[in-house]
Amino acid sequence: MASTLVSNPVTNSDRARESSKRRKKKKLLATRDESQNPNAAHGSTQWKSDPQQQVYSSKLLQALRQLRISSSPTAPRRSRAVREVADRVLAVTAKGKTRWSRAILTNRLKLKFMKNKRRSPAASAAGDRLKKPRVSISRLKSKNLPAVQRKARVLGRLVPGCRKEPLPVILEEATDYIAALEMQVRAMSALAELLSGSGPSGSTVTPLGSNRPPPS
Amino acid sequence: MSSRRSRSRQSAGVSRTSDEQINDLVSKLQELLPELRRRRSDKVSAGRVLQETCNYIRNLHKEVDDLSERLSELLETTDSAQAAMIRTLLSQ
Repeated sequence: MASTLVSNPVTNSDRARESSKRRKKKKLLATRDESQNPNAAHGSTQWKSDPQQQVYSSKLLQALRQLRISSSPTAPRRSRAVREVADRVLAVTAKGKTRWSRAILTNRLKLKFMKNKRRSPAASAAGDRLKKPRVSISRLKSKNLPAVQRKARVLGRLVPGCRKEPLPVILEEATDYIAALEMQVRAMSALAELLSGSGPSGSTVTPLGSNRPPPS
Repeated sequence: MSSRRSRSRQSAGVSRTSDEQINDLVSKLQELLPELRRRRSDKVSAGRVLQETCNYIRNLHKEVDDLSERLSELLETTDSAQAAMIRTLLSQ
């Protein structure tokens, strides 16, 4: 009995390592195949599904409760804080599968250490570097026109984390980002409805009994 | 090094991915936009899709901003409402 106990860990660990490697390879291939299929549930997040929205709502609620304790009294700072919390929770719900979610999460860390003025000159320099070579392209394909390129750059600035990415990447990120934003709007408006609806109703429980007309 | 420079001179790596793939992505994006969903893809140019996408994302950002402002006000005033909210969320 003791000898098997001693020998098992050695063989089991090798076997486990090999089987986990095989499982990882299988999972990688599976996700690669599934991500090419646009209707896959595993490769891309299903932002329209109800469970996804519930996951987001509960995480948002937790984060907002923490925020409430330590919030600043001025109004614009508060709404900005709520917005940042909502974006952060959205990125967490995305599980880091997309560039924009990873960019949101790393930006929070960067802002904690760097001041805002250090970011803006770097951003404008990157913008100038990007704008110059686009005009010199003379091919007349539709995607290489300066107008389309300019709009693609604007879109790249709107989606977090996509400033320097090529057009196909920007399009893919924008597709997921729009779906995520729509879910965010749905979840936050539902939350706002709950808060505004249950606030006054919670306090008027007792008067309702007296206001009801007597049954005749 | 020289390949990297020539690739950057071309329009941001379009030579790697085909036009067909880009058109595919553009049409997928068009499906999501509320403005352009009814029209057929051959009547809407890529530039128009990009423009509408930018507008739509800006709209969504503004909605989220308004909602977070509203939420921040509501969170400030209501306290016991949170218990009711948690109860409703858990019961769904």
